[in-house]
Amino acid sequence: MGLIDKLLSQIQFVGQAGLERIQGLGRAGVFLYSSIPWGGPGSAGFADLVKQIYSIGVRSLSIVIVAGFFVGMVLGLQGYTILSDFGSEAALGTMVSLTLIRELGPVMTALLFAGRAGSALTAEIGLMKATEQISAMEMMGVDPLKRIITPRLWGGFIAMPILALLFSLVGIWGGAYVGINMLGVDEGAYWGNMQASVSFYDDVLKGVVKSLVFGLVVTWIAVYQGFDSMPTSEGISKATTQTVVLASLAVLGLDFVLTAIMLGGV
Amino acid sequence: MRTRLMELAVGAFMVMGAIALVLMALRVSGLSTADAGDKYTIKAYFENLGGLTERAKVSMSGVTIGRVTNVYLDTEDYVAVVEMEINKSMSTLTTDTSAAILTAGLLGEKYIGLTVGADDEYIEEGGVIEDTQSALVLEELIGQFLFNKAEE
Repeated sequence: MGLIDKLLSQIQFVGQAGLERIQGLGRAGVFLYSSIPWGGPGSAGFADLVKQIYSIGVRSLSIVIVAGFFVGMVLGLQGYTILSDFGSEAALGTMVSLTLIRELGPVMTALLFAGRAGSALTAEIGLMKATEQISAMEMMGVDPLKRIITPRLWGGFIAMPILALLFSLVGIWGGAYVGINMLGVDEGAYWGNMQASVSFYDDVLKGVVKSLVFGLVVTWIAVYQGFDSMPTSEGISKATTQTVVLASLAVLGLDFVLTAIMLGGV
Repeated sequence: MRTRLMELAVGAFMVMGAIALVLMALRVSGLSTADAGDKYTIKAYFENLGGLTERAKVSMSGVTIGRVTNVYLDTEDYVAVVEMEINKSMSTLTTDTSAAILTAGLLGEKYIGLTVGADDEYIEEGGVIEDTQSALVLEELIGQFLFNKAEE
């Protein structure tokens, strides 16, 4: 009897955990649905949107640009050693640019973005909740979703593709610096082969679509984790960790799906 | 004052994004600003393309003078049709110009090499290059070689 009871409670535990996950997902969905609509320029949240783009986007600029330059340089170095085995160093520009534009630009930027801006968003909103600012807004009849969440969500959505584009661009120049100036790849071949094989619509714009999706997902996870956190110091730290972990996994998983849909022949 | 600085920074950020997109278009993906008026389209029929794709270069004496814009199969004659855009500056392609599918280096990409002829007339917009040479397919070459050997 005791064994069956133990088994039953195990099953119950699994079922409960599953239900909680699904409920949490539903709550996050409703949360996103009710905070996305935005009045456009001139509405109450516009000044706040500018502020959010500043703190989410402009403040992430330095880390994104430095990281992009180094990633591009590493790609140039690594690509050169592999390509020179086949005597096709001329394809270095193609390799660096396609890798950055299609994959590394959007993904690396989204990961940096989750660590740099996402965690800050979660902590900020979590602290607002812990200090009961959100309850105070509700008391005054201000919708905290519209007032707090909407501008942040849009800020992330707007800032992310710009950051990803800059990352790729700086990376391509980083690769050019290493390839042309340090390793002696022909400059004309680097840019010429790149221009011959990178397509604006098929590569650049699809990379932008990717980063738009990542921007929305990472910001969504960040603000939801903050809004849903336990209003204690421990809860905030947990939510911040969750943001970085979940956002990173979501970005990597979604990247595969998006690549398969848009670029791959799967 | 602080909001003014912040708004300026955000504005600059957006402008940087726009510039990045333009650079991506022009410098990285080679999307040229020149409109269709600067180019004209000609066609060529090949028996085998051997991996030639859209956006491949069209060159003459090693100088790029155009790009392949479309590749499709003619379902009546079952030959591959290649449409290419040639720069207007190269409008003096004679009607007996020949086109061959070549490979850049041993493992490089396929491109079309044009060799000009001696005719007096020039190919017009929408014209066809008659004299074409298909891509070399290694398997076919080896097959031919073995066949010839067996005959000897």
